Amino acid sequence: MLEIKNLNVYYGVIHALKDISLTVNEGEIVTLIGANGAGKTTTLRTISGLNKTTGGEILLEGKAITYLSAPERVKLGISQVPEGRRIFPEMTVFENLELGAYLRKDKNNIKKDLENVYQRFPILAERRRQTAGTLSGGEQQMLVMGRALMSRPRILLLDEPSMGLAPLLVREIFSIIKDINEAGTTILLVEQNASMALSIAHRAYVLETGSIVMSGTGEELARSNEIQKAYLGGE
Amino acid sequence: MEQFLQQVVNGISLGSIYALIALGYTMVYGIIKLINFAHGDVYMIGAFVGFAAITYGKMGFFPALLVAMISCAIIGVVIEKVAYKPLRNSTRIAALITAIGVSLFLEYVMMFFVGAEVRSYPKVLTEKAFHLGSVVINMQQIYIVLTAIALMILLQFIVHKTKTGKAMRAVSIDPDAAQLMGIKVDSTISYTFAIGSAFAGAAGVLVGIYYNSIDPLMGILPGLKAFVAAVFGGIGSIPGAMIGGLTIGTMETFVSGYGNSMYRDAAVFLFLIVILIIKPSGLLGKNTREKV
Repeated sequence: MLEIKNLNVYYGVIHALKDISLTVNEGEIVTLIGANGAGKTTTLRTISGLNKTTGGEILLEGKAITYLSAPERVKLGISQVPEGRRIFPEMTVFENLELGAYLRKDKNNIKKDLENVYQRFPILAERRRQTAGTLSGGEQQMLVMGRALMSRPRILLLDEPSMGLAPLLVREIFSIIKDINEAGTTILLVEQNASMALSIAHRAYVLETGSIVMSGTGEELARSNEIQKAYLGGE
Repeated sequence: MEQFLQQVVNGISLGSIYALIALGYTMVYGIIKLINFAHGDVYMIGAFVGFAAITYGKMGFFPALLVAMISCAIIGVVIEKVAYKPLRNSTRIAALITAIGVSLFLEYVMMFFVGAEVRSYPKVLTEKAFHLGSVVINMQQIYIVLTAIALMILLQFIVHKTKTGKAMRAVSIDPDAAQLMGIKVDSTISYTFAIGSAFAGAAGVLVGIYYNSIDPLMGILPGLKAFVAAVFGGIGSIPGAMIGGLTIGTMETFVSGYGNSMYRDAAVFLFLIVILIIKPSGLLGKNTREKV
């Protein structure tokens, strides 16, 4: 569904992504793990069109989207839950969700999807009139995930959904990610919490200073010695 | 007491005009973090367009107002595309200096075409006035206040109820996140300039009618005062700009009425200094984030 071929990205003179290639198949959860500064967020921002590509190609269902603007990519079905949540704090929960459906015109389906989001995250329904800035971290994470779902994405890009959340909430968020995937949305997940990510991912890639150094199924990587040492705190 | 009420009436009329100009400052600042110093000159152009529409086009008040607003909206969008957009990713000081350049450009291009002399505005409203005791409210003041109120209600409606308005708020809060919603940042910025400039155009016509005289440099001082109003209200905040405009207008008429009209400008700028010392974020402004 999503294919990245030899992607290169620079920040000024810094070569942030070096010849990255990865594939996400329809229906999969693929995770990209790696240390801080490895280029995980850059990868997602480049797929979304927020960062410019210097070389390589991004294909969505075989069609090159490498030079499309971010809004055009949203229209094609790419939706990102950005790092640090990035809700619109002064707007209400409802307005945030409504903005998620900004490009859609099918009013009836939008309503249905809104109901679905409220069903999946009942706390959001309860707080729909509150400004989003008043929500707790976990609630804000649910809000951005709901907001991203409101665009009816074909592929959902999640950037560090567990960041700053209590362990119990982390588990809840991950089980929701699994649910969303089982309901038919393909997912590319970026995480520092490698063990959690590997436990729900079908396949995984390991990113180290801008290059992919390893890939395999979630289970394979979780068992690999190097991964154990570097990311899972094992011996 | 009558003197007091009369100054309140005058202050509200003048303040509504400042509020209309201040809205443009604050909206543009909210969305691209630029103090658009050319904004006062867009207001001047609005006054001249209204003048031409009434004098040569034989239009009435409302058609002339509309023509001035539309012309200024177009000019605002062109200014943004030509002067500010190429600097979107450069330093803020570069954009600010460009804004001052645009301001001088508009002033002297206008002077080249229409001359530097002061023109008197054609009479387009009746001279009728209402006497409440010894307080006089004239027709112009009623038109000014009602027009300003109608435009502000319209703005609130646009910003809170329409898709474009929601996009404007989203971009002003977080441009990257807005793009991830599918919002086109460039066109949203254009809309913001169009609306802000249209309001300045309306203010230009209203001031022409109120003070009865216009000239190519008329935008400088009201522009700066509206800027003070926007800062006082909290730059980036729409209700703040409205409150700020009314405050500055009332303050000015009170200084003129009770003190010496020579000091009214000094009073406004002294007020700016005081705000910047005591509460730099303004009445409704936030320290880190701003609304449209």
